[in-house]
Amino acid sequence: MIELSNIKKAFNQGKPNEYWALNGIDLTLEAGKVTAFRGPSGSGKTTLLTLVGCLSRPTSGRVRFRGEDISGLPERFLTEIRRQSFGFIFQQLNLIKGLSALENVILPGFPTGRPRAELVASASQLFAQLKLEHRLHAKVEWLSGGEQQRVAIARALINNPQVIIADEPTANLDTALSREFMAILESFTAAGKTVLLTSHDPLVVESSAVHRVVGIRDGKLTDD
Amino acid sequence: MPNLASPWLEKQRHLIDFTLASLGRRKTKNLGLLVAYALLVFVLASLALFTNALRTEATFVLAGSPEVILQRMVAGRHDLIPPGYLDKIGRIRGVQKKEGRLWGYYYDPVVNANYTFMARPAEEVASGTIMVGATLARARGLAAGNVISFRSYSGKLFAFKVASALSPDSELLSADLVLLSEADFRAFFEYPAGHYTDIALSVANPLEVRNIAAKLAEALPDSRPILREEVLRTYQSVFDWREGIVLTVLSGAILAFVILAWEKASGLSAEEKREIGILKAIGWETGDVIRMKLWEGLLISLTAFLLGFVGAYIHVFHFGAPIFEPVLKGWAVLYPRFTLVPAVDGLQIATLFFFTVFPYTAAVLVPIWRAAITDPDAVMR
Repeated sequence: MIELSNIKKAFNQGKPNEYWALNGIDLTLEAGKVTAFRGPSGSGKTTLLTLVGCLSRPTSGRVRFRGEDISGLPERFLTEIRRQSFGFIFQQLNLIKGLSALENVILPGFPTGRPRAELVASASQLFAQLKLEHRLHAKVEWLSGGEQQRVAIARALINNPQVIIADEPTANLDTALSREFMAILESFTAAGKTVLLTSHDPLVVESSAVHRVVGIRDGKLTDD
Repeated sequence: MPNLASPWLEKQRHLIDFTLASLGRRKTKNLGLLVAYALLVFVLASLALFTNALRTEATFVLAGSPEVILQRMVAGRHDLIPPGYLDKIGRIRGVQKKEGRLWGYYYDPVVNANYTFMARPAEEVASGTIMVGATLARARGLAAGNVISFRSYSGKLFAFKVASALSPDSELLSADLVLLSEADFRAFFEYPAGHYTDIALSVANPLEVRNIAAKLAEALPDSRPILREEVLRTYQSVFDWREGIVLTVLSGAILAFVILAWEKASGLSAEEKREIGILKAIGWETGDVIRMKLWEGLLISLTAFLLGFVGAYIHVFHFGAPIFEPVLKGWAVLYPRFTLVPAVDGLQIATLFFFTVFPYTAAVLVPIWRAAITDPDAVMR
């Protein structure tokens, strides 16, 4: 489903503080599976996810999504692919303060032009699945950490993407909430979605919900 | 019922909804800006509306004034018109009507103000009576039937009965006016018979006014013809000058607002940049983000403009511009009170709009565009 060929990514290229986050990654990611990227901080896990999720472009190499080379596409097309095919759960959750849980969740649906009523109905369904329907209209800053993460999950799912990208999803959760997240993860694969995540957490990488663990260090794949 | 709205329209509705929510989330900051912005528009619009209305008022009132006024100059100063001038003027072709006028100034120590005394024919003002301007009547608490005394420059005391107060319709020009009979005027100012302060003329063909004025200057070399259009121009210059003075005085406040607005508009807070990153990461296009912020800037600037302009309109035409009245009307002590006829100049509104709404919206766009075109991967870090 996703193929990476000799992917390299540099930051501050040509400047004294030039830094190569990825150094020639070749990888094929299968549809409907959960793949976890494991590695120390600064190994390049998050950078890899941003490239796969069309949040940035590689300095060199190719990214193919469903057989199409997307690495050189203009920003507008990348945004469209990102909106239609990817859902993101960020490490810092990145919910917008001052908005309710519902308003945060329907935000990715705004550019699609779907009617508000339809978006609210989809969001309500997701809130019910995530057992959060009683917090629909609460401001996100009033929610607990676990509730906030479920809001972030609902937001990632509102456009019904094929691929879920989760960056260190359990980094800020306690054990009980981490287990809860892994249970939700299993429901994603049951629904046929592809999940790509990064984690140091043994609870995640050793979980039976994860089909494949890929190691990264210094911008290169170490084990698979 | 099926929703017939197109996705594009729905998208615009979503963008506006989100914009309104964003404004509400930063309501203290946005309200502060809105108030300062509206206040600036209010001040500038009040000035523009008030001076424009005064100019219109002056044009309206002066429409009934003589086309030419002839004064006599002696050693560069205005002097009395001696007998014989009216006859000479009567011989100039094109002069339709000529009338010797008697007027002068009187300082009233009671209210520390100068009044303008003017003689009128006996059929208009009977001897021993006066008609007074509405402002003067208010200042001295005069009503029809009251008696008021004035001490002449030679020290004699004259008592006059107030016949009536003049109509407030002409208060801009008649604020300090005292109309009295010719005999009373000549007695009060000790004017010799046959002498006049100046001569008012009307001409048969209004297009020939300048030619008649040239003939007058030629026939009476010590005279100075003053055209009605010149008087009007002088009024307008005075209002322009006063408007300029007020603007200069206010320029500090205007500059402070410009700095505040520029600072607010041109710089994005870390929170705003983060939000733009989040929106882009979850699928908003660069254009969506720019449009949303453009709506935000337009809503603030248009609301401020409308509030400020409507406030200024009410201030000027309903309350008579109490804030700027002393500076812009500028009668030494007696401020005329009159209801201004609403007169709005489209070009003035357009200029005000251009210099308030446009720069703010432009200042909003530049940083938003810069933030919106950056890769959204920053939110992952």
